[in-house]
Amino acid sequence: MSVVIAGAGMHPWGKWGRNFTEYGVHAAREALKDAGIAWADVDLVVGGETVRNGYAGYVAGSTFAQALGWNGARIATSYAACATGAQAIDTARARILAGMSEVALVVGADTTPKGFLAPNAGERWNDPDWLRFRLLGMTNPAYFALYARRRMDLYGATSEDFAQVKVKNAKHGLGNPNARFRKESSVAEVLASPMVSDPLHLLDICATSDGAAAVVLVSAEYARRHGIAAPVTVAAVSTVTPTFPNTVIDMPLLSTDSSALTGVPERTFKEAIGQAAYEEAGIDPSDVDVAEVYDLSTALELDWIEDLQLCKRGEAEALLRAGDTTIGGRIPVNPSGGLACFGEAVPAQAIAQVCELTWQLQGRAEGRQVEGAKVGITANQGLFGHGSSVILSV
Amino acid sequence: MTATPVIEGWFTTGDEPRLLASRCTACSNVVFPPVSSDAGAAAFYCRNPACDGTEYDAVELSRTGTVWSYTDAQYQPPAPYIAPTDPFQPFALAAVELPEGIVVLGQVADGFGVRDLLVGTEVELVVETLNVDETGERTIYRWRPVA
Repeated sequence: MSVVIAGAGMHPWGKWGRNFTEYGVHAAREALKDAGIAWADVDLVVGGETVRNGYAGYVAGSTFAQALGWNGARIATSYAACATGAQAIDTARARILAGMSEVALVVGADTTPKGFLAPNAGERWNDPDWLRFRLLGMTNPAYFALYARRRMDLYGATSEDFAQVKVKNAKHGLGNPNARFRKESSVAEVLASPMVSDPLHLLDICATSDGAAAVVLVSAEYARRHGIAAPVTVAAVSTVTPTFPNTVIDMPLLSTDSSALTGVPERTFKEAIGQAAYEEAGIDPSDVDVAEVYDLSTALELDWIEDLQLCKRGEAEALLRAGDTTIGGRIPVNPSGGLACFGEAVPAQAIAQVCELTWQLQGRAEGRQVEGAKVGITANQGLFGHGSSVILSV
Repeated sequence: MTATPVIEGWFTTGDEPRLLASRCTACSNVVFPPVSSDAGAAAFYCRNPACDGTEYDAVELSRTGTVWSYTDAQYQPPAPYIAPTDPFQPFALAAVELPEGIVVLGQVADGFGVRDLLVGTEVELVVETLNVDETGERTIYRWRPVA
Protein backbone atom coordinates (compact mmCIF):
# COMPACT_ATOMS: atom_id res chain seq x y z
CA MET A 1 0.00 0.00 0.00
CA SER A 2 1.36 3.39 -0.86
CA VAL A 3 0.08 6.92 -1.30
CA VAL A 4 0.69 8.89 -4.47
CA ILE A 5 0.29 12.48 -5.55
CA ALA A 6 -2.29 12.60 -8.33
CA GLY A 7 -2.14 16.33 -8.89
CA ALA A 8 -0.56 19.55 -7.67
CA GLY A 9 -1.64 23.16 -7.98
CA MET A 10 -0.72 26.59 -6.72
CA HIS A 11 -1.92 30.15 -6.65
CA PRO A 12 1.03 32.39 -7.57
CA TRP A 13 2.78 34.03 -4.61
CA GLY A 14 2.47 37.81 -4.27
CA LYS A 15 1.23 40.56 -1.99
CA TRP A 16 -2.37 41.52 -2.68
CA GLY A 17 -4.01 41.33 0.74
CA ARG A 18 -7.05 39.46 -0.58
CA ASN A 19 -8.97 36.84 1.42
CA PHE A 20 -6.84 33.70 1.82
CA THR A 21 -9.82 31.55 0.77
CA GLU A 22 -9.57 32.90 -2.78
CA TYR A 23 -5.98 31.75 -3.07
CA GLY A 24 -6.79 28.37 -1.52
CA VAL A 25 -9.73 27.63 -3.79
CA HIS A 26 -7.67 28.58 -6.83
CA ALA A 27 -4.85 26.20 -5.80
CA ALA A 28 -7.34 23.43 -4.95
CA ARG A 29 -9.05 23.67 -8.34
CA GLU A 30 -5.66 23.69 -10.10
CA ALA A 31 -4.63 20.53 -8.23
CA LEU A 32 -7.93 18.77 -8.98
CA LYS A 33 -7.65 19.73 -12.66
CA ASP A 34 -4.05 18.51 -12.69
CA ALA A 35 -5.22 15.18 -11.24
CA GLY A 36 -8.26 14.95 -13.51
CA ILE A 37 -10.37 14.27 -10.43
CA ALA A 38 -13.75 15.90 -9.75
CA TRP A 39 -14.34 17.78 -6.48
CA ALA A 40 -17.32 15.50 -5.86
CA ASP A 41 -14.91 12.54 -5.61
CA VAL A 42 -12.83 14.08 -2.83
CA ASP A 43 -13.66 12.36 0.48
CA LEU A 44 -11.20 14.21 2.74
CA VAL A 45 -10.06 17.84 2.88
CA VAL A 46 -7.13 18.78 5.10
CA GLY A 47 -6.56 22.50 5.46
CA GLY A 48 -3.45 24.22 6.68
CA GLU A 49 -4.48 26.64 9.38
CA THR A 50 -3.59 30.30 9.11
CA VAL A 51 -3.43 32.19 12.40
CA ARG A 52 -3.68 35.66 10.90
CA ASN A 53 -7.09 35.47 9.28
CA GLY A 54 -9.62 35.05 12.08
CA TYR A 55 -11.93 32.12 12.65
CA ALA A 56 -12.05 31.12 8.97
CA GLY A 57 -8.30 30.57 9.20
CA TYR A 58 -8.53 28.44 12.37
CA VAL A 59 -10.94 26.08 10.60
CA ALA A 60 -9.22 26.22 7.20
CA GLY A 61 -10.26 22.68 6.22
CA SER A 62 -13.89 23.62 6.67
CA THR A 63 -13.41 27.02 5.02
CA PHE A 64 -12.00 25.49 1.84
CA ALA A 65 -14.58 22.67 1.79
CA GLN A 66 -17.43 25.13 2.13
CA ALA A 67 -15.97 27.46 -0.52
CA LEU A 68 -15.69 24.54 -2.94
CA GLY A 69 -19.30 23.62 -2.06
CA TRP A 70 -20.14 21.18 0.75
CA ASN A 71 -19.75 17.69 -0.66
CA GLY A 72 -19.93 15.73 2.58
CA ALA A 73 -16.18 15.08 2.74
CA ARG A 74 -14.49 14.57 6.09
CA ILE A 75 -12.36 17.52 7.10
CA ALA A 76 -9.32 18.20 9.25
CA THR A 77 -7.23 21.27 9.95
CA SER A 78 -3.55 21.19 10.82
CA TYR A 79 -1.34 23.75 12.46
CA ALA A 80 2.38 23.25 12.87
CA ALA A 81 3.69 26.76 12.06
CA CYS A 82 6.02 26.54 9.03
CA ALA A 83 5.60 22.75 9.07
CA THR A 84 1.80 23.01 8.74
CA GLY A 85 1.74 21.69 5.18
CA ALA A 86 3.73 18.58 6.01
CA GLN A 87 1.49 17.80 8.95
CA ALA A 88 -1.58 18.26 6.73
CA ILE A 89 -0.10 15.91 4.12
CA ASP A 90 0.76 13.42 6.88
CA THR A 91 -2.81 13.47 8.13
CA ALA A 92 -4.20 12.82 4.66
CA ARG A 93 -1.65 10.10 4.00
CA ALA A 94 -2.40 8.30 7.28
CA ARG A 95 -6.12 8.21 6.54
CA ILE A 96 -5.50 6.84 3.04
CA LEU A 97 -3.06 4.23 4.38
CA ALA A 98 -5.65 3.19 6.95
CA GLY A 99 -8.13 2.60 4.14
CA MET A 100 -10.40 5.35 5.48
CA SER A 101 -9.97 7.69 2.52
CA GLU A 102 -9.40 7.30 -1.21
CA VAL A 103 -9.03 10.87 -2.44
CA ALA A 104 -7.67 13.58 -0.15
CA LEU A 105 -7.26 17.24 -1.00
CA VAL A 106 -4.62 19.09 1.03
CA VAL A 107 -4.71 22.90 0.84
CA GLY A 108 -2.74 25.68 2.51
CA ALA A 109 -3.20 29.40 1.87
CA ASP A 110 -2.22 32.63 3.57
CA THR A 111 -2.45 36.38 3.50
CA THR A 112 0.41 37.98 5.41
CA PRO A 113 1.06 41.46 6.76
CA LYS A 114 4.02 43.61 5.70
CA GLY A 115 7.32 43.73 7.55
CA PHE A 116 8.57 41.68 10.50
CA LEU A 117 6.18 38.97 11.63
CA ALA A 118 5.03 40.23 15.04
CA PRO A 119 3.40 38.25 17.86
CA ASN A 120 -0.33 38.35 18.56
CA ALA A 121 -1.56 41.42 20.46
CA GLY A 122 -2.07 41.68 24.24
CA GLU A 123 0.24 41.25 27.24
CA ARG A 124 1.28 37.63 27.43
CA TRP A 125 4.05 37.23 29.99
CA ASN A 126 4.00 33.46 29.74
CA ASP A 127 4.24 33.23 25.94
CA PRO A 128 7.84 32.89 24.69
CA ASP A 129 6.79 34.30 21.32
CA TRP A 130 5.66 37.50 23.08
CA LEU A 131 8.49 37.60 25.62
CA ARG A 132 11.24 37.41 23.00
CA PHE A 133 10.03 40.72 21.59
CA ARG A 134 9.25 42.41 24.91
CA LEU A 135 12.43 41.41 26.74
CA LEU A 136 14.97 41.14 23.95
CA GLY A 137 13.59 42.64 20.73
CA MET A 138 14.46 39.28 19.15
CA THR A 139 12.94 39.18 15.63
CA ASN A 140 12.85 36.18 13.29
CA PRO A 141 15.78 37.51 11.19
CA ALA A 142 17.84 37.82 14.38
CA TYR A 143 17.50 34.06 14.93
CA PHE A 144 18.49 33.42 11.29
CA ALA A 145 21.46 35.73 11.82
CA LEU A 146 22.68 33.72 14.84
CA TYR A 147 22.91 30.60 12.65
CA ALA A 148 24.53 32.58 9.82
CA ARG A 149 27.18 34.10 12.07
CA ARG A 150 28.03 30.68 13.46
CA ARG A 151 28.76 29.45 9.92
CA MET A 152 31.14 32.38 9.44
CA ASP A 153 33.03 31.90 12.69
CA LEU A 154 33.14 28.09 12.56
CA TYR A 155 33.37 27.26 8.84
CA GLY A 156 34.70 30.43 7.22
CA ALA A 157 31.50 31.31 5.35
CA THR A 158 31.48 34.82 3.91
CA SER A 159 28.79 37.38 3.18
CA GLU A 160 29.57 36.74 -0.49
CA ASP A 161 28.70 33.05 -0.01
CA PHE A 162 25.34 33.97 1.49
CA ALA A 163 24.70 36.44 -1.35
CA GLN A 164 25.59 33.72 -3.85
CA VAL A 165 22.72 31.57 -2.51
CA LYS A 166 20.35 34.43 -3.35
CA VAL A 167 21.91 34.83 -6.80
CA LYS A 168 21.49 31.11 -7.48
CA ASN A 169 17.90 30.94 -6.26
CA ALA A 170 16.95 34.13 -8.12
CA LYS A 171 18.24 32.51 -11.31
CA HIS A 172 16.35 29.28 -10.58
CA GLY A 173 13.06 31.09 -10.02
CA LEU A 174 13.29 33.37 -13.07
CA GLY A 175 10.98 31.23 -15.18
CA ASN A 176 8.74 29.93 -12.39
CA PRO A 177 5.23 31.27 -13.07
CA ASN A 178 4.26 30.87 -9.39
CA ALA A 179 7.22 32.82 -8.00
CA ARG A 180 6.65 36.33 -6.67
CA PHE A 181 10.15 37.70 -7.33
CA ARG A 182 11.40 36.87 -10.83
CA LYS A 183 14.48 38.98 -11.29
CA GLU A 184 18.17 38.17 -11.43
CA SER A 185 20.22 39.26 -8.48
CA SER A 186 23.94 39.91 -8.04
CA VAL A 187 26.29 39.51 -5.11
CA ALA A 188 26.92 43.27 -5.17
CA GLU A 189 23.19 43.98 -5.03
CA VAL A 190 22.70 41.72 -2.00
CA LEU A 191 25.67 43.22 -0.18
CA ALA A 192 24.44 46.75 -0.96
CA SER A 193 20.98 46.07 0.50
CA PRO A 194 20.44 47.33 4.07
CA MET A 195 21.86 45.24 6.92
CA VAL A 196 18.92 43.93 8.98
CA SER A 197 20.63 41.69 11.54
CA ASP A 198 24.36 41.37 11.08
CA PRO A 199 25.52 39.48 8.97
CA LEU A 200 22.22 39.24 7.08
CA HIS A 201 21.19 41.89 4.57
CA LEU A 202 17.62 42.56 3.51
CA LEU A 203 18.11 40.46 0.36
CA ASP A 204 19.44 37.53 2.43
CA ILE A 205 16.10 37.29 4.21
CA CYS A 206 12.86 35.99 2.74
CA ALA A 207 9.79 38.19 2.54
CA THR A 208 6.31 37.29 3.75
CA SER A 209 3.84 36.60 0.95
CA ASP A 210 0.31 35.72 0.02
CA GLY A 211 -0.03 32.41 -1.77
CA ALA A 212 -1.58 28.96 -1.82
CA ALA A 213 -0.62 25.40 -2.68
CA ALA A 214 -2.58 22.18 -2.91
CA VAL A 215 -2.01 18.52 -3.66
CA VAL A 216 -4.41 15.67 -4.33
CA LEU A 217 -3.34 12.45 -2.60
CA VAL A 218 -4.79 9.08 -3.53
CA SER A 219 -3.96 5.46 -2.85
CA ALA A 220 -1.74 3.81 -5.47
CA GLU A 221 -4.59 1.41 -6.10
CA TYR A 222 -7.01 4.28 -6.82
CA ALA A 223 -4.44 5.83 -9.17
CA ARG A 224 -4.19 2.58 -11.13
CA ARG A 225 -7.95 2.09 -11.24
CA HIS A 226 -8.53 5.63 -12.52
CA GLY A 227 -5.54 5.78 -14.88
CA ILE A 228 -3.88 8.71 -13.09
CA ALA A 229 -1.02 9.84 -15.34
CA ALA A 230 2.48 10.04 -13.83
CA PRO A 231 1.66 9.50 -10.16
CA VAL A 232 4.47 10.43 -7.77
CA THR A 233 4.97 8.26 -4.69
CA VAL A 234 5.03 9.81 -1.23
CA ALA A 235 7.96 7.78 0.12
CA ALA A 236 8.21 9.49 3.50
CA VAL A 237 6.68 12.24 5.59
CA SER A 238 8.79 13.07 8.61
CA THR A 239 7.02 15.15 11.24
CA VAL A 240 9.27 14.22 14.16
CA THR A 241 9.68 16.37 17.26
CA PRO A 242 12.99 17.09 19.04
CA THR A 243 14.62 14.59 21.38
CA PHE A 244 15.77 15.86 24.79
CA PRO A 245 18.03 17.68 25.14
CA ASN A 246 17.40 20.07 22.22
CA THR A 247 20.70 21.93 22.33
CA VAL A 248 20.35 24.27 19.35
CA ILE A 249 18.40 27.42 20.15
CA ASP A 250 15.09 27.43 18.27
CA MET A 251 12.92 30.39 17.36
CA PRO A 252 11.04 31.71 19.38
CA LEU A 253 12.68 30.32 22.53
CA LEU A 254 15.05 32.20 24.82
CA SER A 255 17.13 29.17 25.79
CA THR A 256 17.98 25.57 25.00
CA ASP A 257 17.53 22.46 27.10
CA SER A 258 20.47 21.68 29.36
CA SER A 259 22.87 19.01 28.10
CA ALA A 260 24.35 18.53 31.59
CA LEU A 261 22.51 15.28 32.38
CA THR A 262 22.83 13.39 29.11
CA GLY A 263 25.44 15.20 27.01
CA VAL A 264 24.89 16.59 23.53
CA PRO A 265 22.74 14.21 21.46
CA GLU A 266 24.09 12.36 18.41
CA ARG A 267 21.89 14.39 16.06
CA THR A 268 20.49 17.90 16.24
CA PHE A 269 16.74 18.29 15.79
CA LYS A 270 17.13 19.42 12.18
CA GLU A 271 19.44 16.49 11.41
CA ALA A 272 16.89 14.13 12.97
CA ILE A 273 14.09 15.48 10.75
CA GLY A 274 15.89 14.41 7.57
CA GLN A 275 17.23 11.18 9.07
CA ALA A 276 13.70 10.05 9.98
CA ALA A 277 12.60 10.72 6.40
CA TYR A 278 15.50 8.72 4.93
CA GLU A 279 14.79 5.80 7.26
CA GLU A 280 11.09 5.82 6.43
CA ALA A 281 11.80 5.89 2.69
CA GLY A 282 14.57 3.31 3.02
CA ILE A 283 17.03 5.42 1.05
CA ASP A 284 20.35 7.20 1.63
CA PRO A 285 21.16 10.88 1.18
CA SER A 286 23.24 9.86 -1.84
CA ASP A 287 20.03 8.72 -3.57
CA VAL A 288 18.60 12.25 -3.59
CA ASP A 289 18.52 14.06 -6.96
CA VAL A 290 16.91 17.34 -5.92
CA ALA A 291 16.05 19.16 -2.69
CA GLU A 292 13.67 21.96 -1.73
CA VAL A 293 14.79 23.39 1.61
CA TYR A 294 13.56 26.26 3.73
CA ASP A 295 15.77 29.23 2.87
CA LEU A 296 14.22 31.66 5.35
CA SER A 297 17.67 33.17 5.00
CA THR A 298 20.36 32.48 2.42
CA ALA A 299 22.63 31.06 5.13
CA LEU A 300 19.91 28.72 6.37
CA GLU A 301 19.90 26.95 2.99
CA LEU A 302 23.52 26.02 3.66
CA ASP A 303 22.59 24.67 7.11
CA TRP A 304 19.81 22.53 5.63
CA ILE A 305 22.10 21.07 2.96
CA GLU A 306 24.27 19.72 5.77
CA ASP A 307 21.35 18.78 8.02
CA LEU A 308 20.04 16.61 5.15
CA GLN A 309 23.51 15.01 4.86
CA LEU A 310 23.88 16.14 1.24
CA CYS A 311 27.45 17.04 2.25
CA LYS A 312 29.51 16.96 5.43
CA ARG A 313 29.17 19.58 8.17
CA GLY A 314 30.96 22.77 7.19
CA GLU A 315 31.18 21.89 3.49
CA ALA A 316 28.03 23.52 2.09
CA GLU A 317 29.91 26.63 1.01
CA ALA A 318 32.31 24.50 -1.03
CA LEU A 319 29.32 22.80 -2.67
CA LEU A 320 27.77 26.17 -3.47
CA ARG A 321 31.00 27.64 -4.83
CA ALA A 322 31.49 24.60 -7.10
CA GLY A 323 28.00 25.10 -8.57
CA ASP A 324 26.88 21.71 -7.25
CA THR A 325 23.61 23.12 -5.87
CA THR A 326 22.72 24.93 -9.10
CA ILE A 327 20.42 23.27 -11.65
CA GLY A 328 22.76 21.15 -13.75
CA GLY A 329 25.04 20.53 -10.74
CA ARG A 330 25.43 17.40 -8.63
CA ILE A 331 22.57 18.09 -6.22
CA PRO A 332 20.39 21.06 -7.22
CA VAL A 333 18.82 22.83 -4.25
CA ASN A 334 15.69 24.98 -4.50
CA PRO A 335 15.11 24.73 -8.25
CA SER A 336 11.77 26.49 -7.65
CA GLY A 337 13.71 29.57 -6.60
CA GLY A 338 12.95 28.82 -2.96
CA LEU A 339 11.72 31.31 -0.43
CA ALA A 340 14.14 33.80 -1.99
CA CYS A 341 11.78 34.01 -4.98
CA PHE A 342 8.51 33.20 -3.20
CA GLY A 343 8.58 34.77 0.23
CA GLU A 344 6.90 32.77 2.95
CA ALA A 345 3.18 32.00 3.00
CA VAL A 346 3.35 29.91 6.17
CA PRO A 347 0.59 27.27 5.87
CA ALA A 348 1.14 26.88 2.12
CA GLN A 349 4.91 26.71 2.01
CA ALA A 350 5.59 23.08 2.87
CA ILE A 351 2.89 22.06 0.38
CA ALA A 352 4.49 24.31 -2.25
CA GLN A 353 7.77 22.46 -1.74
CA VAL A 354 5.93 19.20 -2.47
CA CYS A 355 4.25 20.72 -5.57
CA GLU A 356 7.65 21.70 -6.95
CA LEU A 357 9.15 18.24 -6.38
CA THR A 358 6.08 16.64 -7.95
CA TRP A 359 6.60 18.64 -11.12
CA GLN A 360 10.36 18.01 -11.04
CA LEU A 361 9.90 14.23 -10.78
CA GLN A 362 7.27 14.31 -13.54
CA GLY A 363 9.67 16.26 -15.76
CA ARG A 364 7.23 19.17 -15.97
CA ALA A 365 9.27 21.93 -14.30
CA GLU A 366 9.59 24.02 -17.42
CA GLY A 367 12.57 26.36 -17.46
CA ARG A 368 14.00 24.95 -14.22
CA GLN A 369 13.94 21.17 -14.76
CA VAL A 370 16.47 19.01 -12.93
CA GLU A 371 17.11 16.45 -15.66
CA GLY A 372 16.32 12.87 -14.77
CA ALA A 373 15.28 13.58 -11.17
CA LYS A 374 13.81 10.44 -9.57
CA VAL A 375 14.05 11.20 -5.85
CA GLY A 376 13.45 14.52 -4.13
CA ILE A 377 13.43 15.67 -0.52
CA THR A 378 11.92 18.71 1.19
CA ALA A 379 12.90 20.12 4.56
CA ASN A 380 11.63 22.72 6.92
CA GLN A 381 10.98 23.25 10.59
CA GLY A 382 8.01 24.84 12.30
CA LEU A 383 8.56 26.68 15.54
CA PHE A 384 7.74 24.83 18.78
CA GLY A 385 9.28 21.54 17.65
CA HIS A 386 7.59 20.74 14.34
CA GLY A 387 9.73 18.75 11.94
CA SER A 388 8.89 18.62 8.24
CA SER A 389 10.56 16.56 5.57
CA VAL A 390 8.85 14.84 2.66
CA ILE A 391 10.51 12.42 0.26
CA LEU A 392 8.94 11.84 -3.14
CA SER A 393 10.04 9.29 -5.71
CA VAL A 394 9.11 7.94 -9.13
CA MET B 1 10.65 56.04 40.55
CA THR B 2 12.85 53.00 41.07
CA ALA B 3 14.57 50.43 38.93
CA THR B 4 12.64 47.16 38.83
CA PRO B 5 13.21 44.03 36.76
CA VAL B 6 10.95 43.98 33.70
CA ILE B 7 10.07 40.40 34.62
CA GLU B 8 9.99 38.94 38.09
CA GLY B 9 12.06 35.97 39.18
CA TRP B 10 14.34 35.62 36.14
CA PHE B 11 17.48 37.27 37.51
CA THR B 12 18.99 38.77 40.65
CA THR B 13 20.29 42.33 40.76
CA GLY B 14 23.21 43.97 42.56
CA ASP B 15 26.94 43.92 41.82
CA GLU B 16 27.06 40.30 40.72
CA PRO B 17 23.70 39.52 39.16
CA ARG B 18 22.80 36.00 38.16
CA LEU B 19 20.09 34.28 36.13
CA LEU B 20 17.61 32.24 38.15
CA ALA B 21 16.65 28.77 36.97
CA SER B 22 14.43 25.93 38.16
CA ARG B 23 16.18 22.66 39.03
CA CYS B 24 14.24 19.42 39.24
CA THR B 25 14.54 17.95 42.75
CA ALA B 26 14.43 14.40 41.32
CA CYS B 27 16.94 14.44 38.43
CA SER B 28 18.54 17.91 38.80
CA ASN B 29 17.75 18.96 35.22
CA VAL B 30 17.90 22.75 35.04
CA VAL B 31 15.56 24.95 33.00
CA PHE B 32 15.70 28.63 32.14
CA PRO B 33 13.49 30.68 32.08
CA PRO B 34 12.46 29.52 35.56
CA VAL B 35 9.00 28.10 36.11
CA SER B 36 6.72 30.77 37.48
CA SER B 37 3.15 29.76 38.05
CA ASP B 38 2.56 33.37 39.17
CA ALA B 39 3.12 34.31 35.54
CA GLY B 40 0.55 31.72 34.47
CA ALA B 41 2.93 28.83 33.76
CA ALA B 42 1.75 25.28 34.16
CA ALA B 43 2.96 23.45 37.23
CA PHE B 44 6.58 22.31 37.00
CA TYR B 45 6.94 19.27 34.79
CA CYS B 46 10.53 18.13 34.42
CA ARG B 47 11.51 18.28 30.71
CA ASN B 48 13.78 15.26 31.00
CA PRO B 49 11.66 12.49 29.40
CA ALA B 50 13.19 9.95 31.79
CA CYS B 51 11.96 11.88 34.83
CA ASP B 52 8.45 12.58 36.08
CA GLY B 53 9.56 15.13 38.67
CA THR B 54 7.14 17.90 39.61
CA GLU B 55 9.13 19.64 42.36
CA TYR B 56 11.89 22.13 41.79
CA ASP B 57 14.36 24.36 43.59
CA ALA B 58 15.20 27.86 42.48
CA VAL B 59 18.90 27.98 41.67
CA GLU B 60 21.32 30.58 40.37
CA LEU B 61 23.17 29.96 37.10
CA SER B 62 26.83 30.78 36.46
CA ARG B 63 27.56 34.46 35.86
CA THR B 64 29.90 33.84 32.94
CA GLY B 65 29.68 31.83 29.76
CA THR B 66 30.92 31.71 26.18
CA VAL B 67 29.22 33.12 23.10
CA TRP B 68 27.45 30.46 20.99
CA SER B 69 26.54 33.07 18.39
CA TYR B 70 25.61 36.73 18.09
CA THR B 71 23.92 39.33 15.92
CA ASP B 72 22.24 42.70 16.20
CA ALA B 73 18.99 44.51 15.46
CA GLN B 74 19.59 47.33 13.02
CA TYR B 75 15.87 48.01 12.54
CA GLN B 76 13.46 48.66 15.40
CA PRO B 77 11.71 45.40 16.33
CA PRO B 78 7.89 45.47 16.39
CA ALA B 79 5.83 45.80 19.58
CA PRO B 80 5.77 44.61 22.31
CA TYR B 81 9.43 45.69 22.03
CA ILE B 82 9.73 49.20 23.49
CA ALA B 83 12.58 51.28 22.10
CA PRO B 84 14.41 53.04 24.97
CA THR B 85 15.50 55.87 22.68
CA ASP B 86 13.96 57.95 19.90
CA PRO B 87 15.35 57.59 17.32
CA PHE B 88 15.94 53.87 17.74
CA GLN B 89 19.54 52.82 18.44
CA PRO B 90 20.65 49.40 17.12
CA PHE B 91 21.64 46.89 19.79
CA ALA B 92 23.44 43.55 19.78
CA LEU B 93 22.17 40.13 20.86
CA ALA B 94 24.06 37.03 21.94
CA ALA B 95 23.27 33.39 22.64
CA VAL B 96 25.57 32.33 25.47
CA GLU B 97 26.53 28.83 26.54
CA LEU B 98 26.73 28.44 30.31
CA PRO B 99 28.65 25.76 32.25
CA GLU B 100 25.24 24.26 33.14
CA GLY B 101 24.99 23.08 29.49
CA ILE B 102 22.30 25.57 28.60
CA VAL B 103 22.36 28.34 25.97
CA VAL B 104 20.60 31.58 27.00
CA LEU B 105 19.72 34.39 24.63
CA GLY B 106 20.11 37.98 25.76
CA GLN B 107 20.83 41.48 24.63
CA VAL B 108 24.44 42.60 24.73
CA ALA B 109 25.40 45.34 27.20
CA ASP B 110 25.18 48.98 26.13
CA GLY B 111 28.24 50.13 24.26
CA PHE B 112 29.12 46.72 22.81
CA GLY B 113 28.34 45.43 19.32
CA VAL B 114 29.01 42.49 17.03
CA ARG B 115 32.54 43.83 16.46
CA ASP B 116 33.33 43.00 20.09
CA LEU B 117 32.21 39.37 19.81
CA LEU B 118 33.24 36.04 18.31
CA VAL B 119 31.90 32.53 18.78
CA GLY B 120 33.66 31.53 22.00
CA THR B 121 34.07 35.04 23.48
CA GLU B 122 33.77 35.02 27.27
CA VAL B 123 30.91 37.18 28.58
CA GLU B 124 29.41 37.95 31.97
CA LEU B 125 25.93 38.82 33.13
CA VAL B 126 25.02 42.43 33.89
CA VAL B 127 21.69 44.14 34.58
CA GLU B 128 20.84 47.29 32.63
CA THR B 129 17.87 49.45 31.77
CA LEU B 130 15.59 48.02 29.07
CA ASN B 131 13.13 50.91 28.99
CA VAL B 132 11.56 53.52 31.24
CA ASP B 133 7.84 53.63 31.91
CA GLU B 134 5.49 55.32 34.42
CA THR B 135 6.85 53.10 37.24
CA GLY B 136 10.47 54.02 36.50
CA GLU B 137 13.34 52.06 34.96
CA ARG B 138 12.57 48.51 33.87
CA THR B 139 15.75 46.42 33.95
CA ILE B 140 16.85 43.32 32.06
CA TYR B 141 19.82 40.94 32.18
CA ARG B 142 22.41 41.43 29.46
CA TRP B 143 25.71 39.88 28.33
CA ARG B 144 28.90 41.93 28.51
CA PRO B 145 32.25 40.84 27.07
CA VAL B 146 34.75 40.14 29.86
CA ALA B 147 37.55 42.69 29.55
